Amino acid sequence: MTHPTLLITGARLADGRRTDLLLAGGRLADPASAPAGVETLDADGLLALPGLVDLHTHLREPGREDAETVRTGTLAAARGGYTAVLAMANTNPVTDTAEAAEHVAALGRRDGAAQVVPVGAVTKGLAGEQLAELGLMARSSAAVRVFSDDGSCVHDSRLMRRALEYVRAFDGVVAQHAQDPRLAGPDACCHEGEVSGRLGLGGWPAVAESTVVARDVQLARLTRSRLHVCHVSTAETVEVLRWAKAQGIAVTAEVTPHHLLLTTDAVLGYDPVFKVNPPLRPDEHVQALRQGLADGTIDAVGTDHAPHARHDKEHAFADAAFGMLGLETALGVLVETMVEPGLLSWSDLVERMSATPARIAGLAEQGRPLAVGEPANLVLVDPTRRTIVDPADSFSLSRNNPYAGRELPDPVEATFWQGRPTFRR
Amino acid sequence: MKRHLLSAADLSVDEVASILDLAEEMSAVQSRPVKKLPALRGRTVVNLFFEDSTRTRSSFELAGKWLSADVINISAKGSSVSKGESLRDTVLTVAAMGVDALVIRHMASGAPLQASQWVDAHVVNAGDGTHEHPTQALLDAYAMRRHFRAADPGFSWADKTVAVVGDLTHSRVARSNVLLLRTLGARVVLVAPPTLLPSGVDSWPAEVCTDLDPVVESADVLMMLRVQRERMSGGYFPTPREYTVGYGLTRDRLARMKPGAAIAHPGPMNRGLEISADAADSAASLVLDQVASGVAVRMSVLYHLLGGSDEDAAAGPSKGTTA
Amino acid sequence: MVIDAAEMSRTLTRMAHQVLEANHGARDLVVLGIPTRGVPLARRLAGLMADVEGHPVPVGQLDVTMYRDDLRTQPTRPVGRTVLPAEIDGAVVVLVDDVLYSGRTVVAALDALSDLGRPAAVRLAVLVDRGHRQVPVRADHVGKNLPTASHERVQVRLEEIDGVDDVTISRVLEGSRAEDSQAEGSR
Repeated sequence: MTHPTLLITGARLADGRRTDLLLAGGRLADPASAPAGVETLDADGLLALPGLVDLHTHLREPGREDAETVRTGTLAAARGGYTAVLAMANTNPVTDTAEAAEHVAALGRRDGAAQVVPVGAVTKGLAGEQLAELGLMARSSAAVRVFSDDGSCVHDSRLMRRALEYVRAFDGVVAQHAQDPRLAGPDACCHEGEVSGRLGLGGWPAVAESTVVARDVQLARLTRSRLHVCHVSTAETVEVLRWAKAQGIAVTAEVTPHHLLLTTDAVLGYDPVFKVNPPLRPDEHVQALRQGLADGTIDAVGTDHAPHARHDKEHAFADAAFGMLGLETALGVLVETMVEPGLLSWSDLVERMSATPARIAGLAEQGRPLAVGEPANLVLVDPTRRTIVDPADSFSLSRNNPYAGRELPDPVEATFWQGRPTFRR
Repeated sequence: MKRHLLSAADLSVDEVASILDLAEEMSAVQSRPVKKLPALRGRTVVNLFFEDSTRTRSSFELAGKWLSADVINISAKGSSVSKGESLRDTVLTVAAMGVDALVIRHMASGAPLQASQWVDAHVVNAGDGTHEHPTQALLDAYAMRRHFRAADPGFSWADKTVAVVGDLTHSRVARSNVLLLRTLGARVVLVAPPTLLPSGVDSWPAEVCTDLDPVVESADVLMMLRVQRERMSGGYFPTPREYTVGYGLTRDRLARMKPGAAIAHPGPMNRGLEISADAADSAASLVLDQVASGVAVRMSVLYHLLGGSDEDAAAGPSKGTTA
Repeated sequence: MVIDAAEMSRTLTRMAHQVLEANHGARDLVVLGIPTRGVPLARRLAGLMADVEGHPVPVGQLDVTMYRDDLRTQPTRPVGRTVLPAEIDGAVVVLVDDVLYSGRTVVAALDALSDLGRPAAVRLAVLVDRGHRQVPVRADHVGKNLPTASHERVQVRLEEIDGVDDVTISRVLEGSRAEDSQAEGSR
């Protein structure tokens, strides 16, 4: 595998410093050592940021290659500025054994346009009844560190306690999809509130999430283990997290771009593109999430990129699959909701979208600063570029893009993973 | 009229009046030896029912046939993700046969609205999940209007109070009735135990009360909603007995109703649960009128949607030109 | 103005006599007006006949909207009422309209009538016949023949609806000319 040499000139770093970057041998080298006649990329006016790391991606392969594959999903990731994605375990077969995890990692090495990091299931078959082989997955060549039943909540308190305890042995983290299945009844398909009442849709209340988070942070304290809360969607959860962090509990949390931008009102036309779990919430939650991400109560952004084939989405709202695309638009949404309003600086954004996610997932070669000797994982960004989102203009196999027709920042100019361009505009 | 009838909120007060007036005429036609009118000759109406409802389906079927439309019934299997064909596929396949109107019944809220975005045909919502059932609300309004007119031909809806009692959370009839009665100008009171009040009900154009007794004496119509079997197992109220005591139209409450007040029920009734036999069979009951007016009201709806040129209907909401 | 109130009154009186004469009295007569302006005209004719005969003549109305052949080319039309004052099987039905033009309304009325029963005979009485027939229909009793051009508009106004009795002819501007079927009658 060859690592091309490339000199990027005149880029600004997140802190505003202007610099040249020399990509050589898959790492950053001293620009002064650039050989004569080296290929040069003029990055005047562009920002150079560490490659983004997504804690929460559904690649669908193996099992649903009609919706997404490792290849198309990571191309979409690269298009969004990502150089690593954590591939959720709810594939078919479920990633609940060492072999399954190694298979996903191997697919990533073969087809990936970004590093593919398998997430292991917490329970066998995501059934919530019996622990999966957490240790074997950790010891496998895939070196799984993040475990999640995402899509289902590890609802059994005793099982959750055991999972947290057990992963402590290998510095694992349990990423919880916090949702009380009894409060989120079988018919629930959107946020419970004025809109669900009017539309006659089954809703689930905001507290179905925060009550589970409140339990889990106390279990994390009890077990002295690491808890990660997936896709925080409510103001109540932000409050619980703020309390837990004040207690020194080892909890981290992520928020999705769509929960930072879209509100419950999006479902008024019953368009299943806006059916997502956790559901879109009213604006007061959106504002609390932005605030939580700004002040660090929420540590990271996770896209919950969830591709679905058309035939799984073009149903009645209640019957359609949950989930929406997110990798390609994530940075644009964050610029729109957090950077432009002044809630996050570019340096903060790098923390939330690259450095912290890499640290949570234990990825040594990701989320590193752009300095000589570090891995050449980076994204070039034009902060002023905007576009009207066209779902057809996508590397994903799926088209469930909730931003269709909306004008958003579209800042990614180029992405480099291990020194190789994985996306060039 | 708008191109589709998806929600009771799609109708202006003039349009409602026009629909009810024509329903009166259609009702008269039903007593003639030849019940058929040629208005929809050459039009095709498909009853696309994803959920069984013999009563609503046959009512729409007769309505279409008595207006000389060609009517076919299609029972579609539930469109869960696992069954392969999507709702969109099903709807487009049916529409591709050259259909002028799709009458859609679906167990999921919003399905007719979604379908209306995919096809050229006029779409009539014949009941969607726990959302709306606009033609039921129209025939309820028709039965109520007849009742009120019998006592006072010049009555005003603004002087009338209609109480809707029961499982408001899961009732599509309630939603459509609230919207339609509001358009007509009536005062609407919603009565239910707090567990059966929809989220956000405070923002509805209605008053909300968790006690039936004070309402019994002031309502001009008590509309008793059916309690579904699956809600009776303790999740929403402890026992059927307790429900009846709190929210049923018992013999005692029947006796306390305002003179001249009427009882409505969208059917089918759970006698002895939400409505006592005395109430169901009392002279104040509109239940049979509600059923009897179903075909006439649906004829009127089909005529209003399909009776003119498509270009006109496609132009969007009319300014009362049909009123 | 081509007919004023006084002339309209005389015309209707003459027509009432003609109907009675043709029918040899009011026996079996049922007078049905076609909405909108045929209805008051029918009532007046029936009233005039009753004055002559000394007993009431049954009068009602026949809505033909749903039988029109141009439903699908027009915005959805409001439907009027049909009121039958007596059994029409075996009766002599006199259809009354204000203006006879293309004749299509009359065809629709005959269709509507056939769904209601089987009269012994059907007669047609119109206040104005302005020509330009599109179907083989003729009136039995005509108040006044008014030769017109097709771009002209004949407007009948009646006390009961318009507050005044008269008939006028006006020119319709090119481009805003009504369809033939629309211009029939003066609805």
